[in-house]
Amino acid sequence: MTIVRNKVGVVSCSGEEIPEGTISRVATRLVLEKLRPGETVTICLPLFLAGGEDERAFARVFPTITVDGCEKRCAEKGTKKYSGKPAATIIVTDILKKCTNANLKSRDELSPEEWKFAEKVAEEIAEKVDEVLGRKKGANEKVESCQRAEK
Amino acid sequence: MTEKEHVYVIPCSGIGKALGTVGRKAAYKIVEELRPQHTRTTCLALLTAGDEETLKEVREHPCISIDGCPAKCAQKNIEASKGRLISSVTVTEVLSRHKDLKPEGVITLNPKGCELANLLAKEVAETVDKIVKGEN
Repeated sequence: MTIVRNKVGVVSCSGEEIPEGTISRVATRLVLEKLRPGETVTICLPLFLAGGEDERAFARVFPTITVDGCEKRCAEKGTKKYSGKPAATIIVTDILKKCTNANLKSRDELSPEEWKFAEKVAEEIAEKVDEVLGRKKGANEKVESCQRAEK
Repeated sequence: MTEKEHVYVIPCSGIGKALGTVGRKAAYKIVEELRPQHTRTTCLALLTAGDEETLKEVREHPCISIDGCPAKCAQKNIEASKGRLISSVTVTEVLSRHKDLKPEGVITLNPKGCELANLLAKEVAETVDKIVKGEN
C-alpha cells in the first residue's frame, strides 16, 4: 500500500438531517475546489461501509481530517471504525459557538449568512490541511467571493 | 400505516458527485415540500457510525433510499442496519430516462440538475403515497 503524504483526505459527515451537516459538506467542497485544490481529496463517508477494501484503505493511504456537523461525530467514528484514525478532527458546532451571530436554518439552499459561515469553516479546515502537510500556520487565504462565484 | 408512522427518505451523502446532490435535493423536496406530513429524513452517516437511536428508527419505519450512483451507499447502509427498506432508487436510473437533464455542480446544482431532482422527487413522492395507503 502506498501512503500519500502530499495530499490530505477530508471526510465530511453526510449530515442530511441538520443545517450543520450541510455546512460540513459545503465547507469540505470549498476546500477541495477553491482553497486547497490538488492537495485534498474526499470520499463519501457511507462508502466505507458500502464499498470494498480500496475504499476502507482511504485513511491509511491519506492523512485524514474529519468534518462533523454535530457532537455525534459520525465522520470521526465511521472513519476510525472502518478505515483508520484521522490526523485531525473538526466539529461545526464548536466553531458555531465562537460565531454567536451565525443562525443556521437551511438544509438545502444556504442563505448569504450561512454561506459566510461555511466559508469560515472551510478556512478552518484549510488551516488543518496546512498543519497536517507541515506548513506554517497563517498560510491560509480567505475564500474569495465563493457565493458570487457559484451563482 | 398509522398516523404516527412516517416514511424515512434517506439520500446518500454524495459529496463526491453532482448525482449525489440531485438525490439529496430530491429528498429535501419530498420531506419539506411534497410530503412533509408523511416523511422524514435522517443522516446516513448515523447508520455508518452505528447510532443506536437511528438504527431503531430505520428498523421500525419504512425506508426509501435515494442513491446518486451505482455504489448504492444509502441502500447498502440501510440493508446492513437491518432497516425496513421498501424501495430504492438511483439517480442514474432516472437520468437514463431524461438524458437531456445532465446534472453539474456539487456545491450548487445547475438548473438541469434541479429539474432532474424535481422529477425524482415526484416519483419518490408517489412511492410514499403507495406506502402510506398500504399498497407497497
